[in-house]
Amino acid sequence: MSKPLKQIHLAAHFPGVNNTTVWSDPEAGSHIEFSSFAHFARTAERAKFDFLFLAEGLRLREQGGKIYDLDVVGRPDTFTVLAALAAVTEHLGLTGTINSTFNEPYEVARQFASLDHLSGGRAAWNVVTSWDAFTGENFRRGGFLPKDERYSRAQEFLTTANELFDSWRGDEIVADAATGTFLRDARAGAFTHQGQHFDIQGQFNVPRSPQGRPVIFQAGDSDEGREFAASSADAIFSRYATREEGRAFYTDVKDRLARYGRDRDQLLILPAASFVLGDTDAEAAELAHEVRRSQVSGATAIKHLEFVWNRDLSAYDPEGPLPDIEPDLGEHTIARGRAQVRMYRDPLATVREWRELAAANKWSIRDLVIETGNRQNFIGSPATVAATIDDFVQADAADGFILVPHITPGGLDAFADRVVPLLQERGVYRTEYTGTTLRDHLGLTEPAEVPAPVTAPATAPVPADR
Amino acid sequence: MSSSAPESSSAPESPVPAPLHLAVALDGAGWHPAAWREPVARPRELLTAAYWTDLVTEAERGLLDFVTIEDALGLQSSAFTEPDDRTDQVRGRLDAVLIAARVAPLTRHIGVVPTVVATHTEPFHLSKAIATLDYVSTGRAGLRVQVSARPNEAAHFGRRTVPPIRWEDYDTPAVQETVAELFDEAADYVEVVRRLWDSWEDDAEIRSVATGRFIDRDKLHYIDFEGRHFSVKGPSITPRPPQGQPIVSALAHAPLPYRLVARSADIGYVTPHDAGQARAIVEEIRAEQRAAGRADETLHIFGDLVVFLDDDPAEAAARRERLDALAGEPYTSDARIFTGNPAQLADLLQELQAAGLSGFRLRPAVAGHDLPAITRGLVPELQRRGIFRQAYEATILRGLLGLARPANRYAAAAATA
Repeated sequence: MSKPLKQIHLAAHFPGVNNTTVWSDPEAGSHIEFSSFAHFARTAERAKFDFLFLAEGLRLREQGGKIYDLDVVGRPDTFTVLAALAAVTEHLGLTGTINSTFNEPYEVARQFASLDHLSGGRAAWNVVTSWDAFTGENFRRGGFLPKDERYSRAQEFLTTANELFDSWRGDEIVADAATGTFLRDARAGAFTHQGQHFDIQGQFNVPRSPQGRPVIFQAGDSDEGREFAASSADAIFSRYATREEGRAFYTDVKDRLARYGRDRDQLLILPAASFVLGDTDAEAAELAHEVRRSQVSGATAIKHLEFVWNRDLSAYDPEGPLPDIEPDLGEHTIARGRAQVRMYRDPLATVREWRELAAANKWSIRDLVIETGNRQNFIGSPATVAATIDDFVQADAADGFILVPHITPGGLDAFADRVVPLLQERGVYRTEYTGTTLRDHLGLTEPAEVPAPVTAPATAPVPADR
Repeated sequence: MSSSAPESSSAPESPVPAPLHLAVALDGAGWHPAAWREPVARPRELLTAAYWTDLVTEAERGLLDFVTIEDALGLQSSAFTEPDDRTDQVRGRLDAVLIAARVAPLTRHIGVVPTVVATHTEPFHLSKAIATLDYVSTGRAGLRVQVSARPNEAAHFGRRTVPPIRWEDYDTPAVQETVAELFDEAADYVEVVRRLWDSWEDDAEIRSVATGRFIDRDKLHYIDFEGRHFSVKGPSITPRPPQGQPIVSALAHAPLPYRLVARSADIGYVTPHDAGQARAIVEEIRAEQRAAGRADETLHIFGDLVVFLDDDPAEAAARRERLDALAGEPYTSDARIFTGNPAQLADLLQELQAAGLSGFRLRPAVAGHDLPAITRGLVPELQRRGIFRQAYEATILRGLLGLARPANRYAAAAATA
């Protein structure tokens, strides 16, 4: 007897500040106007996606001491745009990255609870922590937080927020006009939290929302991050969108769930993935090549190398060979506000590897950046892409994907029109929403109680921002 | 104030009355604590999008300039600065900025002005939230800035303590010092929010294919704000909003808040109980406005009034009595409480307008009753008198209020440098 087919989960990431949007394309629209977000969200809902996702960044990135100007720059406020999107959609989940370093639990909890009320139970929170004092310069708290405490603050932040979400049971409002009893319990929302980072008490002022708590996403990859996700998250945004890497990550994380008394289907693994569609596989491959050339200009390639060299390389020719000077191994100062920089923790090894690759393939600087930085995942005809996604999910490389188009706001349209029907024909993707809340879409049950603290809360349970 | 009334070619006997501006303040089931017990109230829906959409849509039907949405960082209370443990009044509310954002795409003309608390939130977050509200409403956003002197709300954040304040001690030097500090901080807060709105010039996004540059970073500006309570570097992550500067407003009852209004706001809400008080308050604010060097800028001063509005004045009075009986005590307010019919209210508004107010923010005693009474009773009465618009004459809130789109302070500085 064959195994029943797994149902695929799909979500859409509206790219914010980023280097993959081909903004020079005549089809590329505004990344700020609400009409773009509304179009994108409606397409995702037409395609029966689980949710729309927005990342966050709280300081404009800099390189060489100046604001970085080669990528899409500027984005709206996450909560505000998600609340507005709740007005133009009915089912689509609304997921936002909200930083736990430069916010306070009471405020964030009331914003998520409000969003959950105003969307009829469609809110989700990607919990992240900030990773440098650079961002702190925009906030009251500044850079006060010692580096090694940011993760413990994030953990305690989530614990505290859950205490606030749970401070109303959900039956306190009786609103009996005849007797004049509005609240059954005068102490509804009462809480006290005393911890290393938060010492707060009082009454939470948003009654329990449709989902009780927002769905919790996590985006980390470290051992602690995986442990945190296994204990406390409903879904992971993983970076492993290839079949074999995905399978390894999937197995590892799902095996950890039992430790926390959770089933394997209580944590979804959703890698971010890009796609390029063509009428034929060959046409898609050609188009994908063009997209990569558009994403990586010569100037962009030089700037990318500077992440590793930690030096000004503007004198180098992007169509020429790699710099022959060695990277600056001092404190990393050339690029600020960048997550990518952490991918190159051993610059000497990266430089050595890149030089070998460039020599073997006769690559210029730009060729190298295009080839090594390639993050395109699904390239092909709609049939090929549908079959590949289905195969990856059935093979337990993922439970689904968060799709990031290279054009906004229309980059999702072709996927909705041409790939989704094929997945539906295969019987692996919903043809209608069967529930109303994001928890319904994800097949998650409402959390019964605050999860037990993670065993090693002092180390990184939550990843940096994305 | 700016005059947007068209000049009449045939000179009338009496001068053309100035148009007045009209807003409503939305809060739960209404401003009377027993409002939720009225048959029209929807007390179990106060936390739903449908409820708020219906209210704001009704206000838009009446061509009102904008709605404000009340908020606080603690549970509602009948006490001055403490929680009260009462169960007979509405308790629990949603974040006002998110309510405004949720309703904005479903309306087209009316301004949306949520309350924000400067004391415990981050100006950086708030600036981009209101900028985004301006994007999602295509130019109809504002904010009402508020300070919090409630010790229990400070305890929700744990960053500072606020000494308990009793109403009878309000004029003592110690309390005045605390209050002054809170308002100074709020002034800094508004300054930061405004600088962040200007931190991108309007045409900073260039999408230059030739150079590969998406933005012209010379048109982005660090705000480098250094204040006593916080410092903020900037620039914003959100480009300059459609209105350039969304509308900043504040409620004020005393000299310190008057100063905040005069220095920082586009609209101040005040609570005179008669024309004489209105005149005195307006004079005080105008003096502060001159002292702040803003004499030539339009600063609207709106009068706040609680309204019980019925076609028959006796019905309005009876309703107020009925609600007071349910509440167990007569309703009192910082604002004057009006009870009567649309013609009487129009008379009062004109009288107060003549004392120097440019508009009014009406607080419906019962949202489900008094809001439609305003839009379907008062508004036609004001239109008959020629002092209220017949149709929306602008697509953005600044346009409705007769306020020009301000130049960007950094662009202006760069141009003169």
